[in-house]
Amino acid sequence: MAEMQIKPITMNFGPQHPAAHGVLRLVLEMDGEVIERADPHIGLLHRGTEKLIEHKTYLQALPYFDRLDYVSPMNQEHAWALAVEKAVGIEVPLRGQYIRVLYCEIGRILNHVMNLTTFAIDVGAMTPLLWGFEEREQLMGFYERACGARLHAAYFRPGGVHQDLPDGLLDEIGDWAERFPSFVSDMETLLTENRIFKQRTVDIGVITEEAALDLGMTGPCLRASGVAWDLRKSQPYDVYSEMDFDIPVGKTGDCYARYLVRIEEMRQSLRIIRQCIDNMPDGPVLAENNKVTPPKRGDMKNSMEALIHHFKLYTEGFHVPEGDSYTAVEAPKGEFGVYLVADGSNKPYRCKIRAPGFYFMAAVDYLSRGHMLADSVAIIGSLDVVFGEIDR
Amino acid sequence: MTEATETSETGIADVPSPQALMIDHLRNLLGDMLEDASVHQGQIVLRTGVTSIVATLTALRDDQHAAFNQMIDLTAVDYPERPDRFEMVYVLLSMRNNMRMRVMVSVGEGQAVPSITQVYSSANWPEREAWDMFGIFFAGHPDLRRLLTDYGFEGHPLRKDFPLTGHVEVRYDDTLRRVVNEPVSLVQEFRDFDFLSPWEGMQANIPGDEKASKDG
Repeated sequence: MAEMQIKPITMNFGPQHPAAHGVLRLVLEMDGEVIERADPHIGLLHRGTEKLIEHKTYLQALPYFDRLDYVSPMNQEHAWALAVEKAVGIEVPLRGQYIRVLYCEIGRILNHVMNLTTFAIDVGAMTPLLWGFEEREQLMGFYERACGARLHAAYFRPGGVHQDLPDGLLDEIGDWAERFPSFVSDMETLLTENRIFKQRTVDIGVITEEAALDLGMTGPCLRASGVAWDLRKSQPYDVYSEMDFDIPVGKTGDCYARYLVRIEEMRQSLRIIRQCIDNMPDGPVLAENNKVTPPKRGDMKNSMEALIHHFKLYTEGFHVPEGDSYTAVEAPKGEFGVYLVADGSNKPYRCKIRAPGFYFMAAVDYLSRGHMLADSVAIIGSLDVVFGEIDR
Repeated sequence: MTEATETSETGIADVPSPQALMIDHLRNLLGDMLEDASVHQGQIVLRTGVTSIVATLTALRDDQHAAFNQMIDLTAVDYPERPDRFEMVYVLLSMRNNMRMRVMVSVGEGQAVPSITQVYSSANWPEREAWDMFGIFFAGHPDLRRLLTDYGFEGHPLRKDFPLTGHVEVRYDDTLRRVVNEPVSLVQEFRDFDFLSPWEGMQANIPGDEKASKDG
């Protein structure tokens, strides 16, 4: 029989597919069951956040950061708050810094629980999702107790956090932190040595150290490839420099290593949470600089000046001196950065948001070449992508 | 944009900061390609020309001492009033030195920028985004398509002369049974309040002001 040239099949994956983690449209060129090229089409959730921020005051821009990576909202706010604080030059009181670190680590666990359990369901394990969302529910309860919102918190402000924590909340977080390790080990019994889970993840989507650095990978995806790099250690912000925790590093750089790194990161986050609870100092939570932070409600009843400050802050906002800066935090997914250009007015001139997931998505082509179609699902699941931050 | 120069973070005049030492090293390494260098909030800010961007970044990546091994971000800023309208920003990270750097390049409208995808693979999508959002053309990019906007979108949204509301809006047409693009029609006028205090920020002339100046 004469040799036949078979044209590769082009297959469309998503945008309405449960394993696409949101609204990803993936155009796959297939040679039979093997992926030859993956072309992610993103932007289906593009809301023009950067353009909108240019038209808002610095305080009004903050809630947009909740809506980027909506799985761990406060970590994003942290980047914005730090960027504005750096530009304006204000110090955050110690208690405010501790509360921020505490809630950032709660956000990290929120994110990792979400990612690991949905990753598991992508490769066929349903129970972790059902267990994990119960834990997430409690964590979102802590969010709600602190700021009144379960998801879109708007809690971190330039200068600290909006309000002090209610009485007894720290004890409740402490109780939860005692219970949570048993959930992690229960989940590990379901997945870590599970034959099916390992068959689906080990040696799938391997990325070497050099390739990971070249492709701009950060966070757990970079650490799974063996690079010990975490901004909380290397460029500490707020009180991370006083925290005692370890950075888990993977060896193989495959989907399984990314899973293991995240599991261990949750345990390390718990250590930070316990240290925050134990060492939480008393004092103000918001910098007392009424040109940037609002006055207390009580003061406004008695002081004309406080009333004027409040009015000016919530209409005109505050002015940020001219200049540009790049500020980054270690968000649960990786390096989340804000490049802020201020022109001296009350609105940012330009705000570029560096989302870690954007670079993961760009690496999907590299990772899934030569793999089977079903492996692309495992790869996307292990990368931890959320389209709120990729599309912005 | 000001680039304030800080000589030393530590405040000790005798000991130069690692950033200052790095700048000295980069002056030797890059030679004429380096147009300006300063330290701003602990991060190095370099300025170079459009034509030498690929050579500059290759040198920064491959030099043993500098070792800027990751391109963290690539973006542009639009200044319509400048002769060279766009300012390209490359944010680099050196893990060995634990140091960040921004490389700035001025680009005119319609001017092609050499693509740096050969230097850092991570530049692929950010360059597509910059093309999409600002209309900056990257010469030598392997696949320069729009990235974030809709299929068939026209215009470059992050340019300062692009309105916040855009030019078209989409609607599902029940009779045609498909999504249609229509010119934006706002139900009420777009509200862009100017809250700047009249004592510091008001630029516009108040109607009637011209009479006062004529008489006076």
